[in-house]
Amino acid sequence: MTQLALVIDLNVCVGCHACVTNCKEWNTSGPAGPMVDQNPYDKDPTGTFFNRVQTFEVGEFPNTETVHFPKSCLHCEEPPCVPVCPTGASYKRKEDGIVLVDYDKCIGCKYCSWACPYGAREIDEHQRVMKKCTLCVDRIYDTTMTADERRPACVRACPTSARLFGDIHDPDSEVSKAIRENGGYALMPEWGTQPANHYLPRRKTNIRIREDELERADNPLKIDSQLPKPGKAEPSLDDVTSW
Amino acid sequence: MHPAFSVVFLTTLIGAGQGLFLALFTVESYAAFGLLPAQADSFYAIGSAIATILLVLGLFASFFHLGHPERAWRAAAKWRTSWLSREVIALPAFMGTVFLYGVAHWFGINPVLAELPSGAPVNITAVLGTLGTVLAFALYICTAMIYACLRFLREWHTPLTVINYILLGGASGFTLAAALAATEAPDVMPLLASWALIITVLGLIGRAATLIRNARLKPKSTLQTAIGIKHPKIVQKAMGMMGGAFNTREFFHGQSAALLRSLKWVFLLTAFVIPIGLLSLGLSLAAGGTLLLAFVVQYLGLLAERWFFFAQANHPQNLYYQSVA
Repeated sequence: MTQLALVIDLNVCVGCHACVTNCKEWNTSGPAGPMVDQNPYDKDPTGTFFNRVQTFEVGEFPNTETVHFPKSCLHCEEPPCVPVCPTGASYKRKEDGIVLVDYDKCIGCKYCSWACPYGAREIDEHQRVMKKCTLCVDRIYDTTMTADERRPACVRACPTSARLFGDIHDPDSEVSKAIRENGGYALMPEWGTQPANHYLPRRKTNIRIREDELERADNPLKIDSQLPKPGKAEPSLDDVTSW
Repeated sequence: MHPAFSVVFLTTLIGAGQGLFLALFTVESYAAFGLLPAQADSFYAIGSAIATILLVLGLFASFFHLGHPERAWRAAAKWRTSWLSREVIALPAFMGTVFLYGVAHWFGINPVLAELPSGAPVNITAVLGTLGTVLAFALYICTAMIYACLRFLREWHTPLTVINYILLGGASGFTLAAALAATEAPDVMPLLASWALIITVLGLIGRAATLIRNARLKPKSTLQTAIGIKHPKIVQKAMGMMGGAFNTREFFHGQSAALLRSLKWVFLLTAFVIPIGLLSLGLSLAAGGTLLLAFVVQYLGLLAERWFFFAQANHPQNLYYQSVA
């Protein structure tokens, strides 16, 4: 079983909103019709987005950290929004685990949005149907694109590679390794929704330079010579340039 | 949550309609077993007509909740998993049964189909009434379970939600039936008014129990579990939008906490305390006008109660929108 998902590295996200913009651009131009924008150039602009970046301040001044937190549908493995849908418009694909909405069946009752603890679903006030992240299902299987382009728009837009995309059920995938090796976690685990999307925590970033990185201690082919080490009595640079 | 008036009217109107039908069939059942004198068919017919009107009005209100009312027929598809879908099936089925029950009484089409061992006749209205009773309770359960099944809306996720929907709908329906009986069937008025009193008192107990329970709820989700950062002090600086979004409109009632607090006392008075007084008065004076006033006051109180029911539910998604919360 495949479960496609995003892994978002909070240690790397700089909160630039490029993923938000590219998501909107791709999905508002697709065959499903535009995502509404109300008062786009006026007071209180609002509209439908699949993805948003929020900002939190953690800690107390002066010891604070700014955390940018991208938020979209988590494509839960036990999606609470799917069984409550009265029409079957909301469904989870067996083949890749993506949770989708059939806009032609949706009656716009908003019940699924009540059933999602993450607030991942937004009604489109113009089309009057429920919308949410599709993991760019119209991109990732488009064989007219190159393999590099067959990734969600947000992933391709991220300038810091904070967003990874792949199959979390494949233990050798990039996302599975990232979750395993960098302490990936799910949001609100208390509800048992088992979100497929994971987040990587903030980490302390240190640069450690070891001796053997400056000088190749192993010297495999015996070609490298030792770096020149002048004797204590030899003239130093200071001796040469001083006057 | 943001209380949608379509749903407030839907749940209160059909609740009263169901209660009214249950009251009518209670009278017919008592009469069938000889516990009460038989009543004129017109009492049942007029009562069923009023119940049908309430149900139709409720259904009409519900369409305002939908983005695509023309696709509403699709909502019957997922009855295996969705309580909303089950409600969509139960409501027209119940409505049709009430209508047929009323028609059978109005035109006097009521042949005896069988006889119970005790000799009590089983006629068409008895069959329709039994079916309607089952459907009325099924509909109460479906309506309430729509809310009670959402486990992270903890104010709703309790058996008390189902009990209250049954009791509050039943109370308003029996009060209306008592007011109707005052003119159409005076000798069953005391029975109906007494039942209305009993159910209203039970409703007050159920609703007060829910208020006490909800006041003691501790949130399961916190900002820490919502974003997965364990630090005790987290402040939201940006929600990711400027002019609000569906998330800031749909899940917040937008009123002050003071209004919510005062509304609680308003509905406790108007849905329960005042109707209990008016019902007692109407019962002792046999005054139809007082009973009708009891129904009107109680219905307005239940509108406030239902508004409060929605407004009080605190959705965990609100954790992501702290600037509004």
